Parts: sequence; C-alpha cells; structure tokens
Amino acid sequence: MKSLTRIFSIMRKEFLQLGRDRLTFGMIIGIPLIQLLMFGYAINTDVRNLSAAYADEADSHLSRRLVSDLRATQVINIQQRVSSVQELNRLMDAGLISIGIYIPDDFDRRVLQRDRPALQLLVDGTDPILLGVAQQLTAMPVRFDSQPAIPGADVLMEVRNFYNPERRSAVNIVPGLLGVILTMTMVMFTAVAIVREKERGNMELLINTPIRTPELMLGKIFPYIFIGLIQLVIILALGRYLFQVPIRGSELHILLASLLFIATNLSLGLLVSTMATTQFQAMQMTFFVLLPSILLSGFMFPFDGMPILAQRIAEVLPLTHFNRLIRGIMLRGVDIMSMWDEAAALGTFMLVALTLAIARFRKRLD
Amino acid sequence: MNNDEFAISASGLTRRFGSLVAVNDVDLKIPTGSIYGFLGPNGSGKSTTIRMLCGLLTPSAGTASVLGMDTRRDSEKLKQQIGYMTQKFSLYGDLTVKENLQFVSKIYAVPRRQRRIRVEELMHEFKLASRMKQRADTLSGGQKQRLSLAAATLHKPKMLFLDEPTSAVDPQNRRDFWEKLFELAELGTTILVSTHYMDEAERCHKLAILDEGVKVADGTPKDLGNSIASNVFEVSATDPNAARLSLAAQQDITSITQLGVRLRVLVPKELSNALSVVQGNLSIANIEADVQQVFPDLEDVFISVTQLRRREGLAA
Repeated sequence: MKSLTRIFSIMRKEFLQLGRDRLTFGMIIGIPLIQLLMFGYAINTDVRNLSAAYADEADSHLSRRLVSDLRATQVINIQQRVSSVQELNRLMDAGLISIGIYIPDDFDRRVLQRDRPALQLLVDGTDPILLGVAQQLTAMPVRFDSQPAIPGADVLMEVRNFYNPERRSAVNIVPGLLGVILTMTMVMFTAVAIVREKERGNMELLINTPIRTPELMLGKIFPYIFIGLIQLVIILALGRYLFQVPIRGSELHILLASLLFIATNLSLGLLVSTMATTQFQAMQMTFFVLLPSILLSGFMFPFDGMPILAQRIAEVLPLTHFNRLIRGIMLRGVDIMSMWDEAAALGTFMLVALTLAIARFRKRLD
Repeated sequence: MNNDEFAISASGLTRRFGSLVAVNDVDLKIPTGSIYGFLGPNGSGKSTTIRMLCGLLTPSAGTASVLGMDTRRDSEKLKQQIGYMTQKFSLYGDLTVKENLQFVSKIYAVPRRQRRIRVEELMHEFKLASRMKQRADTLSGGQKQRLSLAAATLHKPKMLFLDEPTSAVDPQNRRDFWEKLFELAELGTTILVSTHYMDEAERCHKLAILDEGVKVADGTPKDLGNSIASNVFEVSATDPNAARLSLAAQQDITSITQLGVRLRVLVPKELSNALSVVQGNLSIANIEADVQQVFPDLEDVFISVTQLRRREGLAA
C-alpha cells in the first residue's frame, strides 16, 4: 500500500513537472508528429517527378511518342529540351537534372534493327534510389506499333550511370554525412557552450563587463570553426581512404563550401542559445533542426522524389543547400561559382541567424 | 555636485517579477568612499537591488544613478567603472587561477603591457600566487572568494558590488576579506556589500535593512540601535525554556530569542514599565531569573523593524 502511494506520488510529480516543462512537452508531441509526417512524405518508393531534360536528335514520330510516354509515367518531370548530349551533361553537372534522355539521330533505325540500344538514360548515379528508378524506366517498351512484341528483347534503353559507375552508396552517403555531422555537432556545440555559461553563472559575470554582444558571439563562433574544420578533415580522409569516395572538385572549393556551412550552423547554434536556458533544452532544440535536416535535405531520400511540400520545407534547411554544393563539388567536380545560388542561400541563412542571435541576446538578466 | 558626494543615489527603485514585488520603492544615498551594507534574509531583495544598480536588471519603476550615470541609459559605460562579485562563484571552474585573471584582464581590455603586471600583482595581493596553476574548481571557499574579489577589482573600479561575498567562507577568511575591503575603501572605492551576517553588517559605515523588498531602516549601526522602537532586555534564567514559555504568553512582548541560557526579549518602547512587566511575568510563574536592559544590537534592530512591519501589515 505504501509503495503504491509512493509510486503514485512520483508519477504525479513527473506529470506536474512535464506539464510545466513546455519544451519537453512539445518534443513529446512534436517528434512523433514531425517524424511521421516527414517519413510519410519522404519515404516514397515510387519516386515521382525527378527533374529531367532530353535531347532528341532523331525528332521522329516514334521519338516524340517515346518522350511523351516517359512524361506520362510521371516518374520523371521533363523540364526542357536541349539540343545536344553535351548540354545534358552540363545540366547534370550543375545539379539541375537527375535524369537525361538522349535520343540519337538514328533512333528509328536502331529500334527497327534491335541490335543496339536505341537511346540512353543518363542518370546521376550518386543516389542509388535514382539509379533504381532509371532501371525501372528501361522496362518501357520501345517499338513501332507494327513490330511484334518480343518478351525480353524489348530493352532498348541503356542506362548511363554518371559519377558513380560502380554503384557504391558510400559515394553518396559520405558527402551527405559530412553535412549531417556538421549540423549536429556545430549547432549543438555553440548552443551548449553559451547555455552552459548561463547555467554555471559565468554569464552573469560576463554581461557585467564591457564586452559587446557581437564580440561575445564571434568569440564563441571562431573556436568552433576550427573544430568544424577538424571534423571536415576527418570525414574527408575517411571517405577518401576507407570508402574510396572520389574527390573530383578542388579542395579549395570544398573548404569554402564547408566553411560557409560551418559558420551557418554556428550562427544557428547561437540563435538556439538565446532561446534555451538549460543545456538540455539546447540539445532538444538542436534536434528540432537536426531531424528534418536528416530526413528532408536529400541526405536520406532523393530531393526530387519528395512531394512539393516536403521540398519547400527542405529549402529552408541549410543542409539541403550544403548537400547540393558538396555533392556537386566532390562527386561531379563542379566549380563552387557555378552553384553560387546554393552558396548564397547558405550565406543568407548565416546572416539572418547571426543577426537574430545578436538582436535577441541581452546583456541584461530581464 | 551631488555625484561626488554620493556614489549611488536611487529613488523609488522597484522591481516586479510577474505578481511578485521583489524590490519595492527603495530610496538610497550611498556616500562615496564608504562601505555600505544591505542586511536582510534570503529573498529580501538584496541581490535584485544590486543587479538593478549594476544595470543587469531594468527597474520596473524608479531611477538609479551610479557614479553619476543612469543605470538604464548608460549601463554599458557604467560597466567599465564598476566591479561585481556575484553571489555564486562565476569565474570559470575549468580554468586555472591565472587563466581566469588573464581572461578578465582581456575582457576589460587592460593594455597589453599592464596586463601581465596587474595579474601578477593581484595574485600576490590576494595570496593566490602559489595556486596560480590550480584549476578554480579545486580551490577552497576562501580561495575562490579571494579570486572573485581579485577579478572584480582587476580593472580598478570606483564602485564595487559584492553580493553575499562571505557566505561560503570560514571566520578567519571573513576577517581577512573585510580587512581587504577597508583597504579598498581607503583608496577611495565605494563598496556596496550585501550580507545576512549581523557581525558583518556591524562593520559597515552605513547600512540598509531590507525585508520583503522594502527598505525598513537605514543609517549607521549605532544610529539604528538608537532609533528602534523597542527596549531590549537580557534574561538569564536557570530554566530558560520555562522562562521563554512564560514570556511568550505575555501580549506586549515583540519577540524572544534564546541564546544558550540567556533570552533576548524585545518590548515596545511605548510600554513605560517594561522592565517590571518582564520581571513580574517571571515571578508570577515562579521562575528565578536576572533581567537587565541592554543596548540593542543589529539583530535586535532587525527583529524589531521587521516585526513592526508585520504588525502594521496585519493591522492594515
């Protein structure tokens, strides 16, 4: 009887505390809600609307019908027609399309003779899911109506796997993981570092000195930039030598993109620190940023395959932009300047977060 | 000018936290170069008042000027001129003594060349030189307190705020600490120190007694003793418990405090025959006791003014 009473007293206390800890309460509701929504939206094995472009050199009745058949599958979203395969390569390098359809000028003859592939699907093979989708597309029949359907002999589409000919998922995972790890650690480290000072009472001494808010903020950020760079080196080295992930772009551009991303996350961490009063709260808030970042940024699921709403949410996550940048530079060997809009998005994030953090921080206790 | 005479002048200083009034309409005039005490129990508004005077908390009402600067408007300028020792140790426990002082010297932007000299000087002055490589976490209460004071005085502030600086310190260290404070005051530093120790309050040039956010009395310790509305009697009885119970039944008595075998009894001054009331009460109860009138100490003052307020509060 006594132990029941004690158990109930503990239970009651826990509920009271939970009811008063609004953040934990929010997490209890928020995490399953967010997880369910995001997984529900993002885990989508029938990937749709992959951005695509095509070059139709044949421009025949059959080739036009093929393009409209491919369009009708809704698996790919054909956004533009270009004049050459070089043009397709360029779009793919810039990360604007995941699939390119190349129809050569002797397309009709190839279909009739059936001795060679009649057309090529160029696929950004860094993402294994995309590759799988492309394989499915090849099952589509390509023949003149007058031709008999010969089972098994219908496959006239050839998949050309770009950037990842050996189909290794590490190629895609490692650059993505770089972003995920930097997000997790950088946001958390800065947030916790400032909140710890609040908790231990150091902040009361600090804010009573002539130090200015931007000084304090920048002073807090800089050491962690260094820590971020150490992480960068570790991840890249492991990726390069353990998983044989290619580094096709310039190291300088990787460094620039990573620095920008580290600074963005540190600013975000500062912003979190102005809202949290305990280290635990700071961690909880970090997870609010981390969870959607992992699920929606294109790290786990191909961005193109996600529904519009999920994509819109993903656009306001720094990791989405960093993933595009780092994959572009590392795997496709592109220039950071050719993806300047992604870099600009990160820069904007950083400035907004830093400004908000400085504006929110008060050198007062009230 | 007023500013030279008073380091701090405040009027109507009030701070509310939601429905709680932590500090209520406090007026202060603290003479330059003096040690001024805030005496009061926990939750009496000492820390809140100090934080308002430092510019850390914005007053809900009233104004305060510290060293001629408005605490609302000029709080940033003020910070270069004041030192603040928080109630809780607020330096970095994971840094060494020397690292902490170096950190503070940089925060206050002490010129590079003077920095090293000043840090060495302080470590020597506060007897921390032998501990300079020790992490602050591992220092004793007294050492931590000396380190805190060293850090608070590093930039030679004209005004020093000390929030219960001796709460974790043994008596010998407290004595040394107060000697240090007198040295600083002699050099012209104004010191505002809060405490709940009566013996420390006695050492202040002037003090204010705070109770539930209200300043209930202020003046020199002697003035305060003279001014109170109670006569104080010391009762030495063979059976102090019985004496206490018997006196507790007497309506006119403000308070009874037992100190070993002695009782300290406060009786309102308007009671003209107080001594015979006390003696009469005890003799009726057949208790053998010696009753003497004594000069009120700060504790008596404190009890007297706070009890008076409680009664007025009940009457109103």
